[in-house]
Amino acid sequence: MQKKSRIDLPTLFASLWLCLMLLIAAAAPLIAPHDITAMDLRDRLSPPFGFGGTTVHLFGSDDLGRDVASRLYYSIRTSLLIAFGATVISVVVGTAIGFLAAYFRGLVEHFLLLLIDVQASLPFLIVALAMLAFFGNSLPLFVGLMGLYGWERNARLARGLALAAGAQGYAGATRQLGAHPLRIYLRHILPNSAATLLVAATVTFPEIILVESGLSFLGLGVQPPMTSLGVMVGTGREYITRAPWMLLSPSIVIVLTAVAVSVVGDFLRDKLDPTLK
Amino acid sequence: MTLLQLEKVSRRYPIGNPVFGLRSFLTAVDQVSLEVRKGETTGVVGESGCGKSTTGRLALGLEQADSGHVLFEDKQLAAADTREWRAKRQRMQLVYQDTLAALDRRMTIGDLIAEPLVIHDIGDRASRQQRVLDLLYAVGLSEHHRALYPHQLSGGQRQRVVLARALAPSPSLLVCDEPVSALDVSVQAQIVNLLVDLQQELGLGILFISHDLRVVRHVSDRIVVMYLGQVVEHGRADTVIDQPMHPYTQALVSAMPKLPGGFDHYLPLPGEPPSPTERPSGCPFHPRCHLAKDICRQTQPELLPLGPERRVSCHLVSNP
Amino acid sequence: MTNILPYIGPKVLRAALSIIVVVTLTFFVLRASGDPALQILGPGARAPDLEAFRQKWGLDQPLPVQYLRYLWGALHGDFGNSMLAGKPAAELVLERMPLTLALMLPALALNVLIGIPVGAYAAMHRDSWIDRSVMMLTVLGFTVPSFVLGLLFILIFSVTLGLFPSGGADKWQSFVLPVLTLGVGGAAMLARFTRSAMIEVLSQLYVVAASAKGVTWRQVIHHHAFPNAIIPILTLLGLMLGGQVAGAVLVENVFGWPGIGQLLVVSVGNRDLAVVQVILLLVALTMTSANLMMDLLYGVVDPRLRQARPGSH
Ligand SMILES: Nc1ncnc2c1ncn2[C@@H]1O[C@H](COP(=O)(O)OP(=O)(O)O)[C@@H](O)[C@H]1O
Ligand code: SF4
Ligand SMILES: [Mg+2]
Repeated sequence: MQKKSRIDLPTLFASLWLCLMLLIAAAAPLIAPHDITAMDLRDRLSPPFGFGGTTVHLFGSDDLGRDVASRLYYSIRTSLLIAFGATVISVVVGTAIGFLAAYFRGLVEHFLLLLIDVQASLPFLIVALAMLAFFGNSLPLFVGLMGLYGWERNARLARGLALAAGAQGYAGATRQLGAHPLRIYLRHILPNSAATLLVAATVTFPEIILVESGLSFLGLGVQPPMTSLGVMVGTGREYITRAPWMLLSPSIVIVLTAVAVSVVGDFLRDKLDPTLK
Repeated sequence: MTLLQLEKVSRRYPIGNPVFGLRSFLTAVDQVSLEVRKGETTGVVGESGCGKSTTGRLALGLEQADSGHVLFEDKQLAAADTREWRAKRQRMQLVYQDTLAALDRRMTIGDLIAEPLVIHDIGDRASRQQRVLDLLYAVGLSEHHRALYPHQLSGGQRQRVVLARALAPSPSLLVCDEPVSALDVSVQAQIVNLLVDLQQELGLGILFISHDLRVVRHVSDRIVVMYLGQVVEHGRADTVIDQPMHPYTQALVSAMPKLPGGFDHYLPLPGEPPSPTERPSGCPFHPRCHLAKDICRQTQPELLPLGPERRVSCHLVSNP
Repeated sequence: MTNILPYIGPKVLRAALSIIVVVTLTFFVLRASGDPALQILGPGARAPDLEAFRQKWGLDQPLPVQYLRYLWGALHGDFGNSMLAGKPAAELVLERMPLTLALMLPALALNVLIGIPVGAYAAMHRDSWIDRSVMMLTVLGFTVPSFVLGLLFILIFSVTLGLFPSGGADKWQSFVLPVLTLGVGGAAMLARFTRSAMIEVLSQLYVVAASAKGVTWRQVIHHHAFPNAIIPILTLLGLMLGGQVAGAVLVENVFGWPGIGQLLVVSVGNRDLAVVQVILLLVALTMTSANLMMDLLYGVVDPRLRQARPGSH
C-alpha cells in the first residue's frame, strides 16, 4: 500500500536545514570570513550583528576576539566529519560482527552475542570516557572510539538480516549451489541488506553528533586548536553571563541538526524500511 | 544403478533450553531408508511436518544425520561446508518450493542461472552465456527472460528458472522439495511434464517430495510414504497406488479421484497430523487408524519386507 | 507452582557472564594501555625503582596470575589507589555516591511523575491539540542534549531571572535545576512511549468494552488499560537508566555538582585509571542488575514469557 510519497512540512524544513549544514561543512574554508585562530584582543566578546555588534563579527566574537561565525562553520565541518567517519565505522564493524555471529554457530556465536549484550547494557558515554582514560586522546583514536557507538545495534540488525536470508531464502539456496561463504555474504547478503543498514546509519549519525559534542564539551573530545560544536559550547559556558552568544549559536545548531536528522530519519524509515522500528 | 542411498538415517532437533534441564529432542526423521536410481524418480509423500524436507536436506548433506548413512554414488558425503562438500554440489542440486525467496531479487535471471557455473568455475564467460541460453530454452523460457528480475516473472516461470539453475552444473541428482505446491493446478502439470522430459533427456535421478499423492504418483517409479518421521510404506509406484497396504496409505489413496481398480469408498483420515514432540505410544498412527487394536497402542510395528522392494509397517499386515 | 528456574536461570547466568566480561575486558584494556609502573612512577623513574614497583604489585608475574589476583582483589573491593587522591579508589567513589543518587533518584521520579501521566493523557485525548503539542515538545525534550539544556536553564533561571543558583550542592534550591535538566529528557521519552503503549492497549480494549455491558469506559481503563500498559513502560524505564547515568555525568559537570560524574571526568582528564575502572564496574553492575530485575519482574508479571519455545536459541 504505497501512499503518495508527499513530503510534509516538517520533513521539508528538516531536509533544508540538513542541506544547509552540509553546504556549510563543505564550504567552510570559503565562507569563513576569519581564520578560526585569529585573535583580536581589542575586539573581544563583541555581540552579534543586530545585538549591538558590527558586521565584522556577524555572530559576535569570543573571549579571545576570535570570530564566532567562522568558528561555527568550522565546528560544523568537524562535527559532521567525525560523525560521518564514525557512522561508517560503526556500520562496517557492526555488520561484520553481525555476519560473523550469524555464520558461526556454537561458542563463537554465543561469545559475540554476549559482547553485544554487554555493550547494550552499558551507557556508551561511560565506556567512551573509560577508553579515553585508558588510551589517551588523539583525533584518529577519537574518531575510532566514536565509531564504536551503536555497533551493537547494527550487529544485531545485520545478524537478523543474515539469519533471515539463510533460513529459507536466497542465501541458503546459494550455499546449496556450493558457493563459498565469502561469496554468499559479500555478493548476496550484503547488497540485500544495504538499504536497511543505510537507514540504521541515519539513526546512528545524529546520536554520534550528540555524544561527540558531549565529550568535547567536557574537554575530553576534540582538542584545540581544532574546534567542534561541543568545544564551542564548552568554552562558551565560562562566559554565559557576559557573552551568551558564544554558547547559543553552537547550541542552536546542535539542537536543530539533531531534531532535523531524527525527523528525516523517521521519514526515510517509513518509506524505505517498514520493518525497522 | 543406485545413485543415492539412505540407510536408517535419523535426525533429531534440540528443543528447549540447553542449560537448565529443559532440553529435549524431537525426532524429525527416524530410521529412514530409501534409494534413488539413475534415471529414475523416488517420490516421498506424507502430511506436512512428517519430515519430508528434512529427509531431502539429509540426502543432500545440507544437514548431518545423527545416525545412519547417506551414500551418494557409492560414497559417503563429506561433512557440510567443507571444500569437498562444496565441490560435490555440482552433482546434486535442490529445487525449491518458495522460488521468490530462493532467488536473490537483486540479480537478473541470466546471472542467477550462470551463478553455479561461476561458482564451480565451469567454462569461460562466452560459453557460460551460451549455456544460460541453452538452459533457458530447455526449461521453456526464452532469451528475453535473461535480463529480467525474479519478481517480474510468474510463479511458474520462476520455477523454471530455479530448475534451469539447478541443472546448470549438470548434476546427476535433483532433490525437488514440493516443486509445484505453490503453483496453480494447470501450471503444476506443465512443470511436472517438463521435469519428466528433462529427466528422460538427461538421465537424472530425482528425489521428489510432495504432500500431494496425485503429483507424486504421476512422476515416481518408487514411492515412500512417511508418517511422523518414519517410513510406513515403500514400494513400486503402481503397487503402492493400486494395492496400498498400510491404513495410512489407503486413506491417502482413497482421497484421490477414482482410479481403475482403486478404492470405491473414501476412507476418512480423522484428526490432525500429530506433532513429533508428542509421539503416540505403539504405532504412531494408531490414534487416527480405524483398524487400530490393542497391540497397536502398545508395540510399534516393524517395517517388514513383503516381496521385492515392498515394505510395510503395520501389525495387521505382518500378522493379520 | 510453576517452575520458573528455566526462565530465571539463563538470565542470571547471562548477567553474571556480562559482569565477568566487563571485568576481564577492563583488566586487559588496562594492561594494553601501557606499563602501569611507568605510568605511576612517571617516565623519569629509575630502573631499580620500576623493578621494585613491579615486584610489589605482582606485575612481574605471568598474565594469568595477574588476572587471578586482580579478580581476587576486585572481589574484595580492592581496586588500587587513586593516583590523585592517594586513597583507595573504591572509597573515593563511594564517598561521592550519595550526591549522585540525590540527583538521579528525584530525576527518575520526575520521569515517572511527568512522563507517564502526560503520555496517558495524550493517549486518551488522541489527536487533540493537546496531544499534538505534547508530542512536538517531546521531540525537543529528548533530542536536546542535557548539557545544552542545563546551560539554557542556567541562562534563563539563574542569569536572567536569578531564581536558582547555577552551581553547588549546598541548599535545596541548588537541586532544582540539575534535577529538572536530568529529568526532562527521560520524561519526554517516557511520555511518548506511554502514549503509544496506551493507544495499543486501548484499541484492543475497545472491542472488550463494546461487548461487555454494564461496565463503564472509565472502569475499563482503570482495570485493564493501565495494568496492561505498565509492563512495557517498566521495561523502558530499565533501559532508560543507561541514558540517565550518561546524562548525570554531563549534568553534574554543567552544575559543578560534586558527584561521581564529575569525579569520572576529572579522573579521565588526569588518567587516574583506578578510579575510572571502579566507576566503570559500578555502572556495569548497576545496569546489569537493573536489567535483570526488569527481566524477572517481566517474567513474574507475564507468565507466558516463561515457557521455553521450541527451536528458540
Ligand atoms: N531446524 C529445525 N529445528 C527444529 N525443528 C525442526 C527444524 N526443521 C524441521 N523441524 C521439525 O521437524 C519436523 C519435520 O519438518 P519437515 O522436514 O520440514 O517436514 P515436512 O517437510 O514434511 O513438512 C517438523 O515438526 C518441524 O517442526
Ligand atoms: S499398526 Fe495398527 S494402528 Fe498402526 S496402522 Fe496398522 S492397524 Fe493401524
Ligand atoms: Mg517441507
